[in-house]
Amino acid sequence: YLSNPVRAMAQQKLTQDDLLSFDARGQVTLLHFTDVHAQLMPIYFRPPDTNIGVGDYAGIPPHLVGEAFLKEFGIEAGSPLAYAHTFLDYVDLARAYGRLGGLDRTATLVKAIRAERGEDKVLFLDGGDTWQGSYTSLKTNGQDMVECMKLLKPDAMTGHWEFTFGEERFLEIIESMGYPFLASNIFDAEWDEPAFDNTAMFERGGVQVAVIGQAMPYTPIANPRWMFPKWSFGIRPDVLQANVDAAREAGAEIVVLISHNGFDVDRKLCSVVKGIDVILTGHTHDAVPVALQVEDTLVMSSGSHGKYLGRIDLEVSDGKVTGYSSKLIPVFSDVIAPDAEMAAKIGEMRAPYKDELGRVIGKTDSLLYRRGNFNGTWDDLICRGIMEERDTQIALSPGFRWGTTLLPGQDITIDDLYTETSMSYPAVYRNEMTGAQLKEVLEDVCDNLFNPDPFLQQGGDMVRVGGMTYTCTVNAKIGNRISDMTLAATGEPVDPDRSYVVGGWASVNEGTEGPAIYDLMESYISGKGTVSVPDERTVKVIA
Amino acid sequence: MSAAPKPRVKIPKKAKAGETVVLKTLISHEMESGQRKDKDGNPIPRKIINKFTCEFNGQPVFSCDIDPAISANPYFEFSAKVNESGTFKLTWVDDDGSVYTDEQTIEVA
Amino acid sequence: FVPALQLLPGRAVAATEEVGKLIADFAGGKEPQSGKLTLTAPEIAENGNTVPISVEVESAMEGDDMVDQVLILADGNPSADVATFAFTALSGKAAATTRMRLARTQNVIAVARMADGSVYMDKKEVKVTIGGCGG
Ligand SMILES: [Mn+2]
Ligand SMILES: [Mn+2]
Repeated sequence: YLSNPVRAMAQQKLTQDDLLSFDARGQVTLLHFTDVHAQLMPIYFRPPDTNIGVGDYAGIPPHLVGEAFLKEFGIEAGSPLAYAHTFLDYVDLARAYGRLGGLDRTATLVKAIRAERGEDKVLFLDGGDTWQGSYTSLKTNGQDMVECMKLLKPDAMTGHWEFTFGEERFLEIIESMGYPFLASNIFDAEWDEPAFDNTAMFERGGVQVAVIGQAMPYTPIANPRWMFPKWSFGIRPDVLQANVDAAREAGAEIVVLISHNGFDVDRKLCSVVKGIDVILTGHTHDAVPVALQVEDTLVMSSGSHGKYLGRIDLEVSDGKVTGYSSKLIPVFSDVIAPDAEMAAKIGEMRAPYKDELGRVIGKTDSLLYRRGNFNGTWDDLICRGIMEERDTQIALSPGFRWGTTLLPGQDITIDDLYTETSMSYPAVYRNEMTGAQLKEVLEDVCDNLFNPDPFLQQGGDMVRVGGMTYTCTVNAKIGNRISDMTLAATGEPVDPDRSYVVGGWASVNEGTEGPAIYDLMESYISGKGTVSVPDERTVKVIA
Repeated sequence: MSAAPKPRVKIPKKAKAGETVVLKTLISHEMESGQRKDKDGNPIPRKIINKFTCEFNGQPVFSCDIDPAISANPYFEFSAKVNESGTFKLTWVDDDGSVYTDEQTIEVA
Repeated sequence: FVPALQLLPGRAVAATEEVGKLIADFAGGKEPQSGKLTLTAPEIAENGNTVPISVEVESAMEGDDMVDQVLILADGNPSADVATFAFTALSGKAAATTRMRLARTQNVIAVARMADGSVYMDKKEVKVTIGGCGG
């Protein structure tokens, strides 16, 4: 598409200087980078078309998509920001503006901002979900990301999927990486005592800044607890309040929370815990163009997959934030010059796997994307693959929010396949479940997504279902949200008392047996040659 | 039962007179509830720790009557007000009649 | 994400009448009041096999202002009984923590009986989930 005239024009308009332009102010600059999910290279990532907020959080950021999003943030349709933040005209705009992200581009931005402000004013914080999500991160147990992140010199990090490398590997990395892993909310499961450092103090621009970490509270539920059995998580607002108070006591003028709670959990946290000046939030992968003020706290949510770098400048006096400016910088990869040092490191990390990464296993005729509350064509494809390769009536694919996008006409490489499936518990199981059990599973997952109390939300999307359609009444209570479960093949209602053969992947149960999802999908896609997945909405949503 | 139940405790070694200190106790025990069945469908008999007590210098501090809903490796955390130096005696009573004990001294200034 | 079917229903659960009777017997005829007693439990259990629960009763723990016992019940387990804590003046503070099994989403109930015979109650619902997916 290099000869695409629209793209050429689009890029003429946009420059690295435009992306970096910022109303610099105050003594402290915070840079927020989160949920890159091991994407070292630039990617396409189609933003969701469905992102439903419930209760008090319905219809407000980050639960705005498409036109409503553009309107809320005053963004012009068809503009670079419209492309970065919405699904509108996605394919055309993707062809015009190109990929986003790439850690070498992020490195350029971070270095430029450190140079502009002076290193002594900048804190660079990593929100986690950094090590998991690619072929090379799976093969190197996250070492590729560790090596590359070291070059960005983060001041601290917290995490979530990091734990799925298992306790031993997790500890090995955090001891070697050269900056603190912070988690106020992880306790030793045996003695109920803090398991990690919770706070790190920094002086930036003459201001004492306390950075507190908050790991994903539901990691042992959303991911396999048996991989890190010694640790107990949870939100623990009382513990957090005590740590905030202790930080102030120790001389902190401002308190920053680097959080993997997810947006709505952190929005509620602003009214529950007092004395936090800024929350840099991750996990729900919401990209909000500016920091939002919630009660007395600024909340910045910097997206995912390396698409953005969050920046917030703070003016501090008398232990208070007295002024700020903020911006989510979209990392347009064709516009930003790659940082040579990082580019070389990425090349070095990928070199041993070059042939395999580039191996083409098929081609897609249609847009393959994942993000959305109920459906995504990548997961539709995965469900088809599971049903066919494991001969099941129904398939379940977890509502992960990581995984990137392929445009119609693109080849599917091993690199692309692992971007959707790379994980440390990949077995595709094949079970019998009754209709009643299936309903129970859907109700349970749905309540973890749409419970009106954000503290009961776990931050993923709805489990994807193949072979079956249903209706979801979002605002009903648990047990009443799922109805009209119907077998797609026959149009028959799902019988609560009958057994169905169900396949799925990413079970959190120890000892789950079956082929790995990436092997199964390689076989399925290779067999098809070219795939075409219509954007069918098999779930009827009543919001 | 794989191994003999083994108590482990975390109790401060020193305190000020009149201070209320926190005691944490664990004992390795499977706490077989009596509600489970084996592979052949026969009920597995109940075998739990049914009582835990803590005394200080022979006086009762805290105790707990325990039902099968308490988790394996029972954990108890509670307080004690110490006015003089002395010895905590912790006792766990098993359904099978076994009694497991642990003693810890504390120096009170 | 995953189906952890052992948590799904089909097992007997403690009847409401059983819970009511256990509370009445413990309360010795007194009507439980709210206040003074706080039961702390997670909103979502990380692991239904070991759910931390804590109780704390406002009390000087000396003279007449003394907590005798705190009863813990769960209304969705095969049997409602969980444990009974007994405190003394040497406890210093009427507070204790233990870990319990929850077969499914249900209420955990704590009832405190004071030395003067008055009775306080607190209740928390704990959700036991098969787990989600994640961002
Ligand atoms: Mn996450
Ligand atoms: Mn993430």
